[in-house]
Amino acid sequence: MLEGIMLGLTTALSFKNMLMVIAGCLIGTFIGMLPGLGPMSIIAIMIPVAINLGDPSAALIMLAGVYYGAIFGGSTSSILINAPGVAGTVATSFDGYPMAQRGDAGKALAVAAIASFCGGTIGAMLLLGFAPALASVALLFHSAEYFALMVVGLSAIAAFAGTGKVAKAVVMTIAGLMMATVGESALFNAPRFTMGIQDLQSGFSFITLAMAMFALPEAFHMVLDPRRSQRGENSSGSIKGLMISRKEAGQIAPVIGRQSIQGFLIGVMPGAGATIASFLGYAVERNISKGEEQDKFGKGSIKGLAAPETANNAACTGSFVPLLTLGIPGSGTTAILLGALIALNVAPGPRLMVDRPEIFWAVIISMYIGNVVLLVLNLPLIPYIARVLAVPRNYLIPFILFFTLMGSYIGQNNATELLILVGLGVFATILRFADYPLAPLLIGFILGGMMEDNFARAVNITDGVSFMWQRPGTLILLLAGIGLLVVPALRRRRAFAKERARVRRKGIADGS
Amino acid sequence: MKLDRWIALLFLVGSIVYGVAAFNYPLLPFERNMAFLPNTLPMALSVIGALVSAFILLTPGTPSDDNNVISIEEIKKFKLGQTIALVSCMVLYAVLLRPVGFIAATAFFIVGSSVLLGERKFWLLVPIALVATFLVWYLVQQTLGIYLRPWPGFLS
Repeated sequence: MLEGIMLGLTTALSFKNMLMVIAGCLIGTFIGMLPGLGPMSIIAIMIPVAINLGDPSAALIMLAGVYYGAIFGGSTSSILINAPGVAGTVATSFDGYPMAQRGDAGKALAVAAIASFCGGTIGAMLLLGFAPALASVALLFHSAEYFALMVVGLSAIAAFAGTGKVAKAVVMTIAGLMMATVGESALFNAPRFTMGIQDLQSGFSFITLAMAMFALPEAFHMVLDPRRSQRGENSSGSIKGLMISRKEAGQIAPVIGRQSIQGFLIGVMPGAGATIASFLGYAVERNISKGEEQDKFGKGSIKGLAAPETANNAACTGSFVPLLTLGIPGSGTTAILLGALIALNVAPGPRLMVDRPEIFWAVIISMYIGNVVLLVLNLPLIPYIARVLAVPRNYLIPFILFFTLMGSYIGQNNATELLILVGLGVFATILRFADYPLAPLLIGFILGGMMEDNFARAVNITDGVSFMWQRPGTLILLLAGIGLLVVPALRRRRAFAKERARVRRKGIADGS
Repeated sequence: MKLDRWIALLFLVGSIVYGVAAFNYPLLPFERNMAFLPNTLPMALSVIGALVSAFILLTPGTPSDDNNVISIEEIKKFKLGQTIALVSCMVLYAVLLRPVGFIAATAFFIVGSSVLLGERKFWLLVPIALVATFLVWYLVQQTLGIYLRPWPGFLS
C-alpha cells in the first residue's frame, strides 16, 4: 500500500497535475456559486475539456478539483442569499443563512470552508484505509434496506420541526412526497398525474422547487417588510470576525469528527450520497445537543452549519469507494465521472487497483491536495465573496430574483418552468407566514422518488411487504425511523401540557 | 381562524382531490396483476395527508405556536402592492423570455424591478443591468455552451 501511496504522490505532485487541481477548484468555486449549476452539471460541462487532456490521471484530478470547488461554491450561495443550488447544500442554508443575516457572513463562510476541508480530508484518509473493505459492506444493502433508509431520512424531519410543529412538518413532507409522484410512475415510467400537461411529464424540477422554497420567500419577505433587509444591510457593511474563536473551534471539533465518519459511511452506500448525509448529519447533531444549544439550531448555530458541511464533503469522498472499487456509481456526480473514465479507456472496478494503480492512488492523493488548495484559495477570498451582502437592497433583490429565474431556466430550458417557479414561490411565502416549515417539503420531494422505486422493487422481489420484518437490517432501520418521529411528538405533548398549566395558573393569579 | 388553519384546510381539500385521482388511477392492463401498483403510494399518501391535516385543523395550538403565525394586522403593514408588481414582473419575464430574447428581456427585468423598488439613479442602474446581462449571457452561452437566444426571434 505504501508503494501505491508513493506512486500516487509522484503523479499528483507533478507541476501539470498541480495546475489541474488549482484550475479545477477555481472553476468549480465560481461556477458553483451560480444557483442552479451544481457539481453534477459543472462536471458534465467540463468532461469534454477533461477528455481532451488525454491523460486519465490529469483528467480525473481536474474533475475532482471541480467537484470539491463546486460543492464549496454551492454552500456560498446557500449561506449568502439562501439559494441552495444543490440538494447537498440545502441543510447548510438552515443555519448558514441566519448567521449571514446576523452579520456573521464571513465567519459562516470560514466555518463552512474549514468544515468542508476537515470532512473531505478525513474522508480521504478513511478512503485510503478502508476502500477495499467497505466495498463488501455496500453490497449487503438491498432495495429493502434502502427503502428503510429513506424512511429514516424522512423521519428526521422531526429534527427540523422543533418541538412545536411535528404535525405541520409531517403535512409538508407528505406534500413533498405527493409532488414527487407527479411525472412518471415507478418501475414502468408511464405518465402519472400530469393532468395532460406535457411540461410536467418529467416531473417538477428539483432546482425550481429549491429556489421556490428558499430563495423566493426570502426575497419576497424582504420586499414586503423593508425593515428586514435594512437590518442585514447595516450589519454586513463591514465583515467582522472572519476568524473563529478558540471556544467556537472547540464547539465544532467534535461535530466535525462525528460527521466525517458518519458522512463517509453514508456516502459509501450507493444511492445515498451527500444529500442524505447532510440532512442526517444535521438531524443527529440537533438531537444530541442539549437545551439552549438545541434551540439555537435553525437560528444560526455554528454547530448546525458545521454538521451538514462536514457530512456532505465526507460523503462525496465516500461515494468514490463504490466507484473505484466496484465500478458502481454511488451518486449522479460519480456516474458522470464513471462516464469520463470509460471515455478515457479506464474501466473502474475491482481490477483497477491492480491494473492501473497510478490512477487509483493519484485520485485519492489529489483529493487531499484539492482540499488544501480549496482552503488556501478560498479563505483569503471570503471577505470579497461576503461583500455580496453589502449590495444595496434595490440592486440585491432584482439580482436574487434574476438568478433564481436563471437557475431554473438553464436546467430545463423551458419557460413553463419559470411560471411554476413563481407560483410555487408565492405559495411558499404564504406557507412561511403561516409558520409551516419549508425544508420537509423539499426533503420529501428529493427522497420520494428514490423511496418509491426501492419500495416497489422490494415488494416485487418478495411479493408482499414481509421484507419489513424478515430482514433484520430493514426492521432496525424502520424502528429507528418510527422512534425519530414519536419522541419529538411526545416531547411536544409534554411541553403543551406544561404551557397550558402555566397559562391556567397565571389566569388564577391575575384573578381572571 | 388563523392563517395556519386555513392552510391546513387547503391541504385537507388537496389531499382529498389527490386521493380521488389516486383511487381512480387508470391502470395499464399489464400493471393490474402486479404486487406494487403505480397508485399504491399515492393512495397511502392521500389518506395520511388527510388525517394529519385534519389533526392540525381540529387540535388547539399552544399560545407560543400561535404567536409565530402572522396576523391580519401584520399583513396590512406589508408592502403588498410592490410585491404584487414584482411578481407580475417575473411572470412577464417568463412569458417574454423566448419571444424577445435573453438580453432585452433580462435587461428590462433588472431595470424594471429595481425601479419598482424605488431606484432612480438611471445613470448607474442601466449600465449595471446591461453589463450583468451580457456577462451572464457570455458565461452561460459561450463558456458553458448552454443555448440562450440573445436577440428576438426575427433577428437570429
